[in-house]
Amino acid sequence: MKIEKRRKLGRGVAVVGAGMSKFGMFRDRDSKDLFAEAYRELIASVDKGLDPTDIDALYLGNFSNDFFIHQAHWGPLISDLIGLAPKPATRTEGACASSALAFREGVFAIASGFYDMVLVGGVEEMSKRTTEEVAEGLALATVPYEGEAGFTFPGVFGALATAYFHKYGATREHLMNVTIKSHNNAPLNPKAQFPLSIRDMMNAKIKSAEKKGMPLPEWKDEKAFLSDPRANPPVAWPMHLYDCCPISDGASCMLLVGEEIARNFTDDPLYVIGLGQGSGRGLHACDDLTYFEATRYAAKEAYGMSNLKPEDIQFSEVHDCFSMAEIIHLEDLGFFEPGEGYKAVEQGLTRLDGPKPINTSGGLKCKGHPVGATGISQLYEVWTQLRGNAGKRQIPIKDLRIGAAHNLGGTGGTCTFTILERR
Amino acid sequence: MEEMPFNDISYRQFLNEEKLMGSRCKKCHALFLPPRPICIKCHGTEMEWVEIEGRGELRAFTCIAIGPPFMIEEGFNRKNPYCSGVVELKEGVRADARIEGVDTHAPEKIQIGMPLNVKFLHRQKEGIENTYLAFEPA
Repeated sequence: MKIEKRRKLGRGVAVVGAGMSKFGMFRDRDSKDLFAEAYRELIASVDKGLDPTDIDALYLGNFSNDFFIHQAHWGPLISDLIGLAPKPATRTEGACASSALAFREGVFAIASGFYDMVLVGGVEEMSKRTTEEVAEGLALATVPYEGEAGFTFPGVFGALATAYFHKYGATREHLMNVTIKSHNNAPLNPKAQFPLSIRDMMNAKIKSAEKKGMPLPEWKDEKAFLSDPRANPPVAWPMHLYDCCPISDGASCMLLVGEEIARNFTDDPLYVIGLGQGSGRGLHACDDLTYFEATRYAAKEAYGMSNLKPEDIQFSEVHDCFSMAEIIHLEDLGFFEPGEGYKAVEQGLTRLDGPKPINTSGGLKCKGHPVGATGISQLYEVWTQLRGNAGKRQIPIKDLRIGAAHNLGGTGGTCTFTILERR
Repeated sequence: MEEMPFNDISYRQFLNEEKLMGSRCKKCHALFLPPRPICIKCHGTEMEWVEIEGRGELRAFTCIAIGPPFMIEEGFNRKNPYCSGVVELKEGVRADARIEGVDTHAPEKIQIGMPLNVKFLHRQKEGIENTYLAFEPA
């Protein structure tokens, strides 16, 4: 028997508050202090005020503080931090999609009628390890055969890039368009780890060479800079340094309530109208290495639930852990046809002032990627944009109503797509 | 051999013996590498072992400059990158593997579709033998 599936919530769920720490590498800060920063902003963001004793439960995404700082079991640590204990706290793990899973669990808990108000969040503290150790820690989320073959995360996306280049004729130069675009958005985001355009970075390097009395580099434009292996060395060819997101620390959180009580907290709630999640199988089990089956599944679920089409999504955050990934997601989410994503970026269609702004936050590439915090930080950007609070990076589309976030964990093992609406 | 469980431990034992072994569904004959205990095509649960010959073509690759500790121990680093790839075997299954015998300093010259043959890399660590799957140009 085939069961016809239609995804719907048993009860509507609204977002009424959100917060995010600054992302970066912080020697003198830890996971608790970063979560406290995000939580303080969340409390201040609830327009009509919040009594924290009304929060019923916490769902917290964390990938692997176990590995990064040798401390596991982050649910109760954070619930104690904010005075929520003895109320329940549950950790969710889906590699780099860990907090998108926390968001979903929070939505389901309210939609079921069990809770009325849930805090969802994510945290990760990565920068106290060396680059090589972080690469090893992240590689725990690959499929075992990938790790044994020496694949790192940049390596996996490098391999996908060679398959994509071969199939569609794209080149490294097309990946540079993604990097340049994200770096143009980042200086407009005060929470970004790298709030600098590529042009800013070039000027800083020239200035530094001048200071040291070294020969001045001559780059005619951003692409010349990105093509210079001294400025942009290979990490896992064709992925170079500026194709890769950084190592980051950070935290993010959101407050979810039942739709019918949302206006007790704000006159401007956002509504959860589309939810999708898929799982994948690893490189060796894919017939075609130019897309993620799990993203396509998640997108289909979310579009089905919301009765929306890709063209209805006015803007989106997508999981650009690597430049190549952003192009693949643009296609998997249906924003552009397969093989057309890299052309769309080249034509500027995904710029802040384009018809389909993508990663207005600067994306993982520039905003930073503390993996367990990333999913909800993407939704934080959607919240900020939809409520018109994005300042200099506010999307110049009139009547901004529908935004989305795509989060990916592992080598496509866990993918989510979440659509929020302002009514 | 039929009694060996269809799992990664058996798969790695076979690699130590320089055998590339997959599993085939007894019901729908779908072939899997590495071996699976449950058929993901027809959901059948009866499997049999099949030896894979080890000839294939490169489908995707990367040359890695910053590797994990076990690769660094082998002498790989920014100045000496290594190649990892996805290989499609002539039986139709695919494998993640090290790619040897290619110039990792000139990755733009490595060709997708190039024919490859299997190679087994034996490594000893703390008295335990590990064999890594690799391929080299045919």
